Amino acid sequence: MSELFQDRPLNVAGRQFTSRLLVGTGKYKDFDETARAVEASGAEIVTFAVRRTNLGQDESEPNLLDVISPERYTLLPNTAGCYTAKDAVRTCKLARELLDGHKLVKLEVLGDTDTLYPNVVETLKAADELIRDGFDVMVYTSDDPIIAKELEKRGCCAVMPLGSLIGSGHGLQNPYNLRLIVEQAEVPVLVDAGIGTASDAAMAMELGYDAVLVNSAIAHARQPVLMAQAMRKAVEAGREAFLAGRMPRRQSAEPSSPFAGRING
Amino acid sequence: MQIQLNGEMTALDGDVTIHDLIESLGLAGRRIAVEVNEEIVPRSQHGDTRLADGDCVEIVHAIGGG
Repeated sequence: MSELFQDRPLNVAGRQFTSRLLVGTGKYKDFDETARAVEASGAEIVTFAVRRTNLGQDESEPNLLDVISPERYTLLPNTAGCYTAKDAVRTCKLARELLDGHKLVKLEVLGDTDTLYPNVVETLKAADELIRDGFDVMVYTSDDPIIAKELEKRGCCAVMPLGSLIGSGHGLQNPYNLRLIVEQAEVPVLVDAGIGTASDAAMAMELGYDAVLVNSAIAHARQPVLMAQAMRKAVEAGREAFLAGRMPRRQSAEPSSPFAGRING
Repeated sequence: MQIQLNGEMTALDGDVTIHDLIESLGLAGRRIAVEVNEEIVPRSQHGDTRLADGDCVEIVHAIGGG
């Protein structure tokens, strides 16, 4: 048997990761399910949101960070729910304080509540400010290759276009644009948003994406832990298929079995 | 005095630091971050930062998100 293939690590802002699947922690039934799904996904980078503490809560109520430990995982605070650059920057600063000086953030600035489509004008503003302030910014954006390149030029450490709308599960709606983005990228590119099932994740990796970020497709699966495992395999399979290089597409059939030596020949 | 705490008007008695406020809310030792009037107050300064009437205080924590 040949030696097992060893991929190079994913490198984000100077840190190296073996897993190319990033997972979110939203929409799970409870923290136990969150922890089991994250574990099954093999993810090393895990996103979370920053929200007001419920005042008057039970002091013994568990905290997400008790379950997804910052010692074990690279935590990626997001700015989900922010519609202005100002709110996104505030949220990142709160996250940095929450995690004792942690610099890696996922920036998303949304345009409206119906589509949750990224507002790229505010995203660019926020990216500039965060980078000036020393943050490592992984940025959620549209599938516009010009904007993706601009975010990279401004110093984002990873660019993350949407496959389709957040939480929609519609997969990769514009693989042509996604390909344009990956072909020109000089920082890691990730498909963030829209992944609905394992084949979507595999397709993103086959396009040459460095990683994918998945939340709803796992959390809203009938069996989230099993889907987390499926996503892990899909990302690995898609990555290996990309590196292996697919066969050329042909217009006509070509038999796999040799022509010569047929009994009817 | 009155402060705005996580969006709600809240009455406080006298001279209160952020440390005192966190204690009184039962949040001591928990992973939280505090902002006063849109500026982060680092954990190391909670004991020295006194709240003033009309301050806008946000106390946040990590929750599940994508």
